[in-house]
Parts: sequence; C-alpha cells; structure tokens
Amino acid sequence: MVQMEYYLIVSTVMMFVGIYGFLTRRNLLAMLISVELILNSVDINFVVFNRFLFPGQLEGFFFSLFAIGISAAETAVAIAIIINIYRNMKNIQVRNLDKMKW
Amino acid sequence: MDYSVIFSYMYTEIALTGVIVAALLYDLIAGKRGRRFFHPVMCTLMLLFIAGTVFPYHKDSGEIFGGMYVYTPVYGIVKSVLAIGTLIVFLQAGSWLRREDTRFKRGEFYVLTLSTLLGMDFMISAGHFMMFFIGMELASVPMACLVAFDKYKGNSAEAGAKYILSALFASGLMLYGISFLYGTTGTLYFDDMPAKIDGSALQILSMVFFFSGLGFKISLVPFHLWTADTYQGAPTAVTSYLSVISKAAAAFTLMVILVKVFAPMTEYWQLLLYIVIVLSITVANVFAIRQKNLKRFLAFSSISQAGYIMLAVISGTPYGMTSLIFYVLVYMVANLAAFGVIAAVEQNSGGKMDMDDYNGLYKTNPRLSIIMTLALFSLAGIPPFAGFFSKFFIFAAAFEEGFHVLVFIALINTVISLYYYLLVVKAMFINSNDSPIATFRSDTGTRLGLVLCLAGVLALGIASSVFDGISLYSFGLMQ
Repeated sequence: MVQMEYYLIVSTVMMFVGIYGFLTRRNLLAMLISVELILNSVDINFVVFNRFLFPGQLEGFFFSLFAIGISAAETAVAIAIIINIYRNMKNIQVRNLDKMKW
Repeated sequence: MDYSVIFSYMYTEIALTGVIVAALLYDLIAGKRGRRFFHPVMCTLMLLFIAGTVFPYHKDSGEIFGGMYVYTPVYGIVKSVLAIGTLIVFLQAGSWLRREDTRFKRGEFYVLTLSTLLGMDFMISAGHFMMFFIGMELASVPMACLVAFDKYKGNSAEAGAKYILSALFASGLMLYGISFLYGTTGTLYFDDMPAKIDGSALQILSMVFFFSGLGFKISLVPFHLWTADTYQGAPTAVTSYLSVISKAAAAFTLMVILVKVFAPMTEYWQLLLYIVIVLSITVANVFAIRQKNLKRFLAFSSISQAGYIMLAVISGTPYGMTSLIFYVLVYMVANLAAFGVIAAVEQNSGGKMDMDDYNGLYKTNPRLSIIMTLALFSLAGIPPFAGFFSKFFIFAAAFEEGFHVLVFIALINTVISLYYYLLVVKAMFINSNDSPIATFRSDTGTRLGLVLCLAGVLALGIASSVFDGISLYSFGLMQ
C-alpha cells in the first residue's frame, strides 16, 4: 500500500505550485486555475488524513465533498466576472486592470 | 426528533430565509407596477425581521445538529446588530436602486445582500469547522456578485475580479490550515478540539493559515491589498455594507474561534495579533493620509479601524468581547453615516467623489456637512461622541491584560488619524471653492438612514445601558 507521506508530498507540491502560479501568472484564467490547484490539494489532505489516521470516521470525506461543491460555486462566479471583464476591455490580462492604484 | 428545538434556537436564520424567499417571490410576481414599491416593502420586511429577532428567546445557550450549530444570547445580539446595519444600508441604497441603469436588477441586490447576511449569521453560530466554512463562503460568494453589480462600468468589474480572486486564495489558505488541524486532532468540532491541541509546530502553522483566511475578510494589514481597490470600484451602497457588516461578522467570529478553539495556544495568537495590530493601524494610517478619493480614504480608515477592533480580540476576556461588540456598533453607525453622505452627494452631483469636490460643501449643503463632520469625529474618537467611549473600552480591555506598549502605539495612531479625518472637515468648512456642489434634497430613505446613524453617534456613548446589556452575556477565555 502506498504510504501516507507520498500523498502528502503530492498535496504539498500542489499547494505551493498553486501559490507560485497565483503570484506569477498574468492572466486571470491562469490565476483561477492556480487557485483551483490550492483547493484540490486541500481536498487530498482531508481525504488522506481521514483514510489513514482516522479510518473509523467520515468527517474528512464530507468536508472534502463540501469543499469541492463550494469551490465549484466560487469558480462559476469568478468566471462570470472574468467574462464580464472580457466584454468591457476585450482581454483578460492582469496588467489592464490598473484603473485603480494605490 | 423534536423540530421545535430547531426553531427556537435558529429563529434568526429561519426568519431571514423567509425574508429572502419573500424578496425572490415579490421580484417574480409583482410586475412592473408593483416593483416600484420594492424598496419600501423590503425596508418594512427588514424592520419586521429585526423587531421579531432583536430580543433573545432564550437566556441560556444551547446547540442543535449535534453541536454543529451553537446558540448563545451574545450571538443573537451580534446578529441583531448586523441586521440593523443592513436595514440602514437598504434605506440609503434607495435612490441608487431607482436609477435608470440599476432599476431592472434591484431585486438581485436585496436577495444577494440578504444571502450574505444569512451566511454571516451561520458563520457566527458555527460550532464545527464545516459549518463555519460554508457560512463564510455563503457570505463571500454573493458579495463578489454585489461588488461587480454595476457590470457595465469597468471599475466595478475590476473590483469584482480583485475581490473574488483574493477571496478564493484566502479561503484556499484557510482550508489548508483547517486540513492540518484535522490531521493533528482528528475532529472538527469546536468543543472537542481544545482538548487535543498541544501547540505543536504543525498546529501553529495551521493556526496561522487559518488566521490569514479570516484576516482577509477583516482586511488586516498583510492581507489588505484588495481593500482599497474593491471599495473604490464597488457601488457605494455595497462598499458601505462591505466595510461594516462583513467586517464586523468576521471580527466577532475570529474572536469566538480564537477564544474557544485555540485557547491552549493563547500566547502564540496573541503574538500574531500583536504584530498584525501594529502593522494594520500604522500602515493604514500612513496610506490614508495620501488619498484623494473619499471611498479609498474610508477604505484605509476602515483598515485601521479593523486594527483597533483586534485590540479587543487580543485581550480574550469577557470585557474584551463586550467592548468588541460595542465598538462594532459605534463604528457601524459612524461609518454608515459617512458613506450615506458620500452616496447622497454621488447621486445628486453626477458621481463626484474626490476630496476637492467637497470644498465649500458647508455653504450649499450645511446639514449633510454637519452629519459628515460628526461621523468623522466619532470615527476619530473625539470625546462627546460615541466613538470616544468605544475606543476607551477597547484600550481598557487591552491595557488590563498587560499590553501597555501596544495601547500606547494605538494612542499615537489615534492622533495621526485625527489629522486625516480633519482634512475632510477642513475641505467642507474652510476651503473655498468657486463652483461647489449645488444644493440638493436627498430622498426620504437616505434622510431616515442618516437620522438613525446620527442618533446612534450622539446617544450610544451616553446610554450606558447598551454596554451593560451586552456585558451580561459576553464570554472569554476560561482561566
């Protein structure tokens, strides 16, 4: 059986790849994908902890189910806003979102 | 199972759900003619909702759904405070919602605003991290829609994008923290967790991650970068809602969770809060001085006010919780008065919002200028007004627990904040202007809202029964 640590390594790598992507990407959709990586790494964490450390319970499984559902809702709103931006300025590059500064 | 228990503890949320459904149905059924009365109908519904829920049905606390939902009287008080703030926001939003370009979607405004309020109520009453997380997301997802409400104005869309991406990022970090808390303790219930928290390195890490999620909602300094842009770009009614109601709910929840769940790690979160408070108050003050746009200016002022609110959290005592709720109440009336004046001027002058536009406002609109002045005095904490008393209680709460240097830094910053609040007053009363904003009459709703706020600013500090009433129910760290 695959040990718990390997799963945690995968989820940690996903988490920090997501953070790196969120801070360096200059396209709104790419930033959204990076955030999704973070949220998915959290789901892996919950499931793995539940499966390996507390096998008798279901709390972690349920939490990851709810987290998936809610992050889907958030993504839907985010994409709606990004489409709205595209309609207003005809592209979704972050450098164009500079009407308000400081 | 006895369903009456659910009704007797969850009455606020159930009544609020009823109001939301009523708003949806009214939007659907009323037709073009009926929708003209949408605003008075919604304000009346909110008034009925507040009247029905303001007095707690239970004097003792209780829990339902196996401890996932917790009721204590002090939660009921905070929910009533939030509901009153929402009513004032509704009153002031009337003239904006009657405008040509927002008229067709005013139903959405009410439904979305009340949904966020429902989310905050669940977040406050949570007894389990999943309940807390769902409540927080229910508060922040419709909020993003509200921020992007003026969707044909570039600024509103930009503000919405900045808000939703930062909110997603913050909630991702927070969830990562919660997942390690689950991994190290094996439970997500607030009641079971403290017994299993031992202050190991992994738990400190997860506490910091968790704190960053709520710190984003309260817009404390390392997590404040979205605040100014979102506040400026969002419609003014939404900005006033965001700056007061959402911040108050998150601050109170943070205190409850730190006191209840992270009680064994008090020394760590007090250190964390210490740094964050000093940063928030100082950095926000420095940035507020150089703002020209009034909404941005109030955004930075609200960041520094959030720092002051954290002074109550850091004490962790029942007295601290009382002063937190009182501070939030006073801050709410003062800030809503200031935003009400800004919204009225914006509506009646074609969107003027810079500090220079306010030059000579006293000559043309003396009453609005005086309300704005009193609100800013209250925000700065000048003695006869409520703001002085709330600041005094906050400082006393932190001082009692031995944070002397911190209170001293906060006091110095109060003096700095007085400078920039008075800049606005100077613009209105002293600066001369050849073409000041013309005299106008604001609508009934705005005036009613401003009168309510003004009564709060003048009376809350003197009526000591408010503070005493809250202090009967507050709780703090178990010593």
